Amino acid sequence: MSVTRTGALPGTLHDVAVVGAGVVGTAIARELARHRLTVALLDAADDVGTGTSKANTAILHTGFDATPGTLEARLVREGHRRLSAYAAECGIPLEGVGALLVAWDEEQRAALPRLAAKAAAGGHREPRLIGPEALRRAEPHLAPGALAALEVPGESVICPWTTTLAYATQAVRAGTGLHLRCLVTGVTDRGDHHELATGRGPLRARYLVNAAGLHADTLDALLGHRDFTVAPRRGQLLVHDGAARPLVRHILLPVPTARSKGVLIAPTVHGKVLLGPTAEDVDDRRATGSTAEGIEALRAAGRRILPALGEEEVTAVYAGLRAATEHPDYRIRCHRDQRYAAVGSIRSTGLSASLAIAAYVAEALGDAGLDLGPARDLPPVVMPNIGEAAPRPYQRGDLIAADPAYGTVLCACERVTEGEIRDALHSTVPPATLAGLRRRTRARAGRCQGFSCGPAVRAAFDAYRGTRPGPGAAEAGER
Amino acid sequence: MSRRERAVDALVVGAGPAGLAAAAELAAGGAGEVEVLDHAPGPGGLPLHLTHRGFGPRRSPLGGPAYVRPLVRAALEAGAALRPRVLATGSPAPGTVDVTHPGGLERITARAVVLATGARERPRGARLIPGTRPEGVLTAGELLRSVRLHHRPAGRRAVVAGTGPGALAAVRALREAGADVVALVTGHPEAPLLPPRLRVPVLTSAAVAEVTGADGLSGVLVTGPGAAVRRLDCDTLVLTGEGVPECELARLAGAALDPATRGPAVDTALRTSLAGVFAAGDVLRGGGDAPGAAAEGRHAARSALRHLAGGGRPAGLLRLDAVAPLEWITPGLLPVPGEPPPRGRFTLSVSRRVDGPVLLAEQDGRPLGRWPLPHTALPGRPLHLYGMPFAAADPLGGPVRVRIGRTSFPAGPSRG
Repeated sequence: MSVTRTGALPGTLHDVAVVGAGVVGTAIARELARHRLTVALLDAADDVGTGTSKANTAILHTGFDATPGTLEARLVREGHRRLSAYAAECGIPLEGVGALLVAWDEEQRAALPRLAAKAAAGGHREPRLIGPEALRRAEPHLAPGALAALEVPGESVICPWTTTLAYATQAVRAGTGLHLRCLVTGVTDRGDHHELATGRGPLRARYLVNAAGLHADTLDALLGHRDFTVAPRRGQLLVHDGAARPLVRHILLPVPTARSKGVLIAPTVHGKVLLGPTAEDVDDRRATGSTAEGIEALRAAGRRILPALGEEEVTAVYAGLRAATEHPDYRIRCHRDQRYAAVGSIRSTGLSASLAIAAYVAEALGDAGLDLGPARDLPPVVMPNIGEAAPRPYQRGDLIAADPAYGTVLCACERVTEGEIRDALHSTVPPATLAGLRRRTRARAGRCQGFSCGPAVRAAFDAYRGTRPGPGAAEAGER
Repeated sequence: MSRRERAVDALVVGAGPAGLAAAAELAAGGAGEVEVLDHAPGPGGLPLHLTHRGFGPRRSPLGGPAYVRPLVRAALEAGAALRPRVLATGSPAPGTVDVTHPGGLERITARAVVLATGARERPRGARLIPGTRPEGVLTAGELLRSVRLHHRPAGRRAVVAGTGPGALAAVRALREAGADVVALVTGHPEAPLLPPRLRVPVLTSAAVAEVTGADGLSGVLVTGPGAAVRRLDCDTLVLTGEGVPECELARLAGAALDPATRGPAVDTALRTSLAGVFAAGDVLRGGGDAPGAAAEGRHAARSALRHLAGGGRPAGLLRLDAVAPLEWITPGLLPVPGEPPPRGRFTLSVSRRVDGPVLLAEQDGRPLGRWPLPHTALPGRPLHLYGMPFAAADPLGGPVRVRIGRTSFPAGPSRG
């Protein structure tokens, strides 16, 4: 059980190396860890989930709009079921708010029955059409002029950061070695195992899983394949302050038409409101900057859907890259002769499908000759709650009575206590930066962005960094 | 959920100048049990981090900490309880506040509440500045706390964006921390008056248009004046000059907001829309000077004392509407019958420079008055209108519209 960010990698021969510690890679590592395999999980970044997994729309999709018969449709549907149950078990913030596809013109209204029929063809019989009055009752702040909507129960919002961390935590506790700041630069086949060249020296593994997301085609090429080419699609998003949260109850999805894809407005499990994403094809796989044009387009689109949203303060603007490829479906290929599986073209549904992708990949590795052995249930983890749907430490008198650090609020906007910051730094997969701390606790993620308590949060980060939990700790944190 | 239920006579939320002055006035005025909450580790508010001598009387100016010390003492001597590290997290009903502190959870019910929750500077996200999200971008407030309270370094090359006292304080703190201030970027056409010791390169009519850098800030793109775009290499970007009322608690309590200031809507007695709930200080408009905030705190406290003594609500309220380029007027509501505003004056803000300004008011098309101002009106510099200027308004009429115009006449006797 180890997380490393520096130094040489273990010299042992691993059963499997998983490259890429995003939501898909961590899910695969967790799945393999159920099988008593020795697994190494590598990522070039200093934390898990720092690529597409951290900057997305944070929606757990049902897959109702996926093309029936595709692998994506199957795995999203299964992944939704699995992750819904897993979130409940681990305390991952999740709210089943449901979605509304809102039609604003005749073309969009005409598309709704077709979407419902397509969903039914894929086995999703829950979506139903609702008229303008029911829509107005469901979303009183919607702009005038909405004609109808397709209601999709089951579409949920989830915390993408906690999800990835839960997978990583369980994997590491089950023995996976998580090695960060570890860019893979070469792969050599040594007959019965791969030797990976990394920025931190070599690592040996019999089987190799490519879950490198935006860089999956680069790694694929190191194995001699040109199965897909990543064409990053940038999505810019605006996060609005919690004051805007009462304005919206459902995920408001655009109706896809030939002319435009539109943007969505969604509540977040952290009590904020998300607006986005844009969809821009970019060349640079690190182009995670926002643009003036993108921000303006989103603001305008947001005002058309929910006029009052324009009056509320934006707390953050960010951009993520989706790992789209030339393929309209997932591209998961297992090369038996090379003891290698590539997980490509996961595009924008990796979070929703992650657990199903992991099971699919493990099975494929078994088919390719990896002796999985019997599976075991991993000891459950309980993640610290950073969602608004369940009581957080600042609201829990029992926790504060046991430990006053849970009553010492350091980040006032987001109500993050010193106890939570300490727990994060003492956790199985601790953060290396303030950004990592923010993803684990929400510290500095609020409307003041550090104006009021930024330095106090930083001081706590510095103070608890590298210290060890005292006796009796981890009562309120992850277990 | 075990919350200790407590009752006090008067509750003040926020221990900055407005809250401390309100607490002293309430306690000295016989309000009974008076309590001041603040989530910070100690009382004082924003001036604690402003060490320059910009406070107190002009002849013997004080630094911020020296300025707030007597306010703290006065509140304590009057018998108010100051409670640091107590965060107000909700308000299930007007007059009831839920709090979290290291000792546990409480639900405090008060017969009068003064909201003095202050303001924050608009951070990078809210300013919609495009680009990447590196470390090294912060507000002046964070910089001051970081340098003065935590003695942290502030980078080597800094750009300060914004104007007003925050910009000066940021330049001062950066210099203290050993950083080189590469430029002060202001949207205004004129450079601010900088004391010789704080002189730095100034880019006027300019704005930060993009942030660059992967993990750490590597530079900013600045547009203006005109079509010019230039890149400034820097590792620190300090944003200042856009204040936003910190009015979460007011909103949670259900207080109506002033659409112009985005703070709680108040009348001249600093009553909010909720009976027994008052507001004072920077929360009213997102900024202001400390003595003004303290005066408002005392004013709100006197209104609260009248409320505690059984005083009623006004029979009616007239709305004051600021017409562009005026941004807002505060207090923005006139009670009927009329009561004087704090310090006997209304405060207004203008979004662009107006030379030879004159304020004009009308109600339902009927002129109510015309008041030339002695100085050029500038953005970020408050304007004042003294006395009871709207006394002639019809209590049953429509909103009073306040405009700013230009006069070709020389300014009259000093009113602003």
